[in-house]
Amino acid sequence: MRKSLGDKIIDGIIVFFMCLIVIAMIYPMWNTLIVSFNDARDSIKGGLYLWPRKWSLFNYQSIFKTDKIFKAFLISVSRTVLTTILNVFFSGLLAYVLSHKDFVFRRFLTVFMVMTMYINAGLIPQYFLYRSLGLINTFWVYILPSLVGAFNVIVIRTYINSLPASLVESAKIDGASEMRIYFSIIIPLCLPVLATVALWVAVGAWNSWFDSFIFAPKQELSTLQYEMMKIIASSMQTGVRQPDYIAEASQQSRNMVTPNSLRAAMTMVATVPILIVYPFLQKYFVTVNIGSVKE
Amino acid sequence: MSTRNLSSKNEFIRQVRKQKGLIIIAAPFFIYFFIFSYLPLWGLTMAFQNYKPQFSFFEQEWVGLRHFKNLFTDPDFYRVMRNTLGMSIINLALGFITAIGFALLINELTGKLYGFKRVVQTISYMPHFLSWIIVCGLVSNVLAMDDGILNELLLAFGLIKEKIHFMGRPDLFWWIVGFTNVWKSMGWNSIIYLAAITSIDPALYEAAAIDGYGRFGRMWHVTLPGIKSTIIILLILNAGWILNAGFEIQYILGTNGMVLDVSETIDIFVLKRGFGRTGGFAFGTAAGMFKSVVSAVVLILCNKIAGWLEEEKLV
Repeated sequence: MRKSLGDKIIDGIIVFFMCLIVIAMIYPMWNTLIVSFNDARDSIKGGLYLWPRKWSLFNYQSIFKTDKIFKAFLISVSRTVLTTILNVFFSGLLAYVLSHKDFVFRRFLTVFMVMTMYINAGLIPQYFLYRSLGLINTFWVYILPSLVGAFNVIVIRTYINSLPASLVESAKIDGASEMRIYFSIIIPLCLPVLATVALWVAVGAWNSWFDSFIFAPKQELSTLQYEMMKIIASSMQTGVRQPDYIAEASQQSRNMVTPNSLRAAMTMVATVPILIVYPFLQKYFVTVNIGSVKE
Repeated sequence: MSTRNLSSKNEFIRQVRKQKGLIIIAAPFFIYFFIFSYLPLWGLTMAFQNYKPQFSFFEQEWVGLRHFKNLFTDPDFYRVMRNTLGMSIINLALGFITAIGFALLINELTGKLYGFKRVVQTISYMPHFLSWIIVCGLVSNVLAMDDGILNELLLAFGLIKEKIHFMGRPDLFWWIVGFTNVWKSMGWNSIIYLAAITSIDPALYEAAAIDGYGRFGRMWHVTLPGIKSTIIILLILNAGWILNAGFEIQYILGTNGMVLDVSETIDIFVLKRGFGRTGGFAFGTAAGMFKSVVSAVVLILCNKIAGWLEEEKLV
């Protein structure tokens, strides 16, 4: 269908409107990026809109030199990596078990698992459970509660069931054990879906802060997101103290950094990993998102 | 009868033997789910006790429904419920209108504009993956008094005479939360509508064009009715989450005294009462239990309604 003049005008209006939306989506991030790369003393003067005035990497150097932030960064990375590997491995394993149509406990275990998506005892009972398991203020409180995800299991199981059953059957006739089949047949064949789930889990683990806040508040276990939360909360509310290292960092650098410039740099450090995996995420998430609604 | 039972029992045992390998793998998962998801349910008994952490379960004093009575007579409870419902409704309404509108408009970008469409989509999904912490940081930058871009823009266009202290205005807080939600999830939520739009029969558009409908006429009379059932089902399903108005944005942006009154949701109430006061565990558990039970009932009801509508082909 050829477009008439009226159509073109309407297209123009829509394009203009979409451009506004895109700017509104990107600009806050862009502005933070500029501030993070601009000299902190210069940023105080304001008026930074489109491009850094005085380039500086000092904000970034400063946050990685600040012990507590760097430590938090390491904790964030390790919890994300470990949670991702374990969650994908175990979700895949359970999915493999449940993919057997003749498995005697298939129905029971599936219902038992799916129920966990809906029942929720609430925050305080959860806290007491973790306390009696000795998880409070340990690194494991980041890992153990998310070893398997019911939703991930369903997604992977659906994928396994779409594979030709003969592959598994023939391995069984050859006498391979279940674990052997999982490692040498299922994992290699399921790499696309496992990668998708891995990205989901990784983004969730990287972004979470609430578990640090409630279950692991001690400084040595703090994550990047939790440190960000403390800084933002302190800037929002008088009476909440900002973390000591902010003042220390600006003192040590003779005011070469400010709370604002540090926060901008930290925001970028906390966002860049997401932006890096984002193109890969995007490739898969549409199908998973729609599948989840239909489920 | 008994022989059949016996044989099915034997059959079961035979199957169990045969599937020993699978069962050995499955058992730890059963234990895992039991411990991490079902065991905490036991903790709900706290809601009926005068719970003291230093005593064992058998030494606790049982108080019946006292905490619930206290909850329902607590003026703060009604305040946080008002906030929760208020913000939920705003989120729901704004979220639906913007996501549907966005999907309708972006769907119009065809032909040469297809590449542009892909770019807009890609960018619009992105905020969904940012953490709430980052988003709150960005919001506080944009709305800041000193050099927040929104204040500067409004001043530049002459829409306001003096800068607005957005973060200190109780009358604006719910809307700030609502529009932040829009910013974060509009693109993401539009995916499902775009998928629904692709299943509309193209012949309908041609027919409407022949009937003399313009672009917006077709949008209104073909596209929108075409995704009506998706909209209704999603609206009902999302209404099930009415008590989940959010926690993070209210907790982070709403902590200053000026907006505290309108920012606290039921989740923050549970957190503050449960952990913030000595001996608050039991009361917090009761408040949390109230929320979970009501949520579950509403959720199941909404799911049932949605399923029924779909089955009866009423939408």
